Amino acid sequence: MNSERDGNTSKAAELWLQEAEIATLRRDMLRFAKLQLRDVATAEDAVQEALSAAYATRGRFAGRAQVKTWIFSILRNKIIDQIRSQTRHPTRSLTQDDGRNAEVGALFDDGGYWHKAARPADWGDPEAALGSEQFWVIFEICLNAMAENTARIFTMREFLGLETAEICTELGISENNCWVILHRARSRLRLCLEENWIKRG
Amino acid sequence: MLNCKQTTKLLSEKQDRPLSFRERVALRLHLIMCSGCTNYDRQMGFIRKACRRIGGDDAK
Repeated sequence: MNSERDGNTSKAAELWLQEAEIATLRRDMLRFAKLQLRDVATAEDAVQEALSAAYATRGRFAGRAQVKTWIFSILRNKIIDQIRSQTRHPTRSLTQDDGRNAEVGALFDDGGYWHKAARPADWGDPEAALGSEQFWVIFEICLNAMAENTARIFTMREFLGLETAEICTELGISENNCWVILHRARSRLRLCLEENWIKRG
Repeated sequence: MLNCKQTTKLLSEKQDRPLSFRERVALRLHLIMCSGCTNYDRQMGFIRKACRRIGGDDAK
C-alpha cells in the first residue's frame, strides 16, 4: 500500500509504537515508578527520561515484540540509580516497628497458630484478576499503605528483581534483617488484599 | 514441628533464598495438615506474579 519513497520511514515507524500503545505503556510505567519513588513528579521525570532514551536509540532495536520489556529495563535502571542515591546513608533503623507489626502478629495465637478468623482464605483462581483494573487499584492502595522503608525493600526485591544480598549491601543491613522485613511486607500485603479485594470483591 | 508463624516466615524466605533440606521437609509436613498456610504459600506465588506484571514482564 505504501509508496516506495515511504518505505524507510514507515519501516522505522513500525518499530516504534503507536500513540495508543505509548499511552498504555506510559500508564504502566508511571504506576511502576510511582510505587518505588513515592513521588509523582520524580516518577514522571523517570518515565519521560526512559521513554526519550528508548526513542533516541530505537534504531538499535531489532523487533517490536519486546519493546515493552526493553523500555521497562531502561526505566528499571533509572529507578535503581535514583534509589541508590537516596539510600546510600540510611539514618533510621530499617527494622523499626512502625506500629503496624502488632496487626500481623495478632493473627496468631500464643502457640503461633492462625486464629480461626485470621486463617488465610482460599483465593480461588486469582490470576484472572491480573487483567482487571479494579484489582490493580487495590493492589496499589495496599502497596502505598506500607511503611516507606518496608516498601522500598519490597519493591527493590519484587519489582526491580534485586537479590537480597545486593539490597543489604546497598542499605547497610544484614541479610537476615532483609528477610524479616520482606516477610512482614508480604504478610501485610497479603492481608490487605484479602480484606479489600477477596472479601469485598 | 513448625507453627504457622514460623511456617509463613519460611514460605516468605523461600522466595529469597534456597531452603535447606531440613527446612523443606519441615515445611512439607506442616503444609500437609494446614490449609491456612497452604493458601498463604499460593498467595505468595501470586503476589510475585502480580509484581512482575507491573514491572512490564508479560511473560507468564
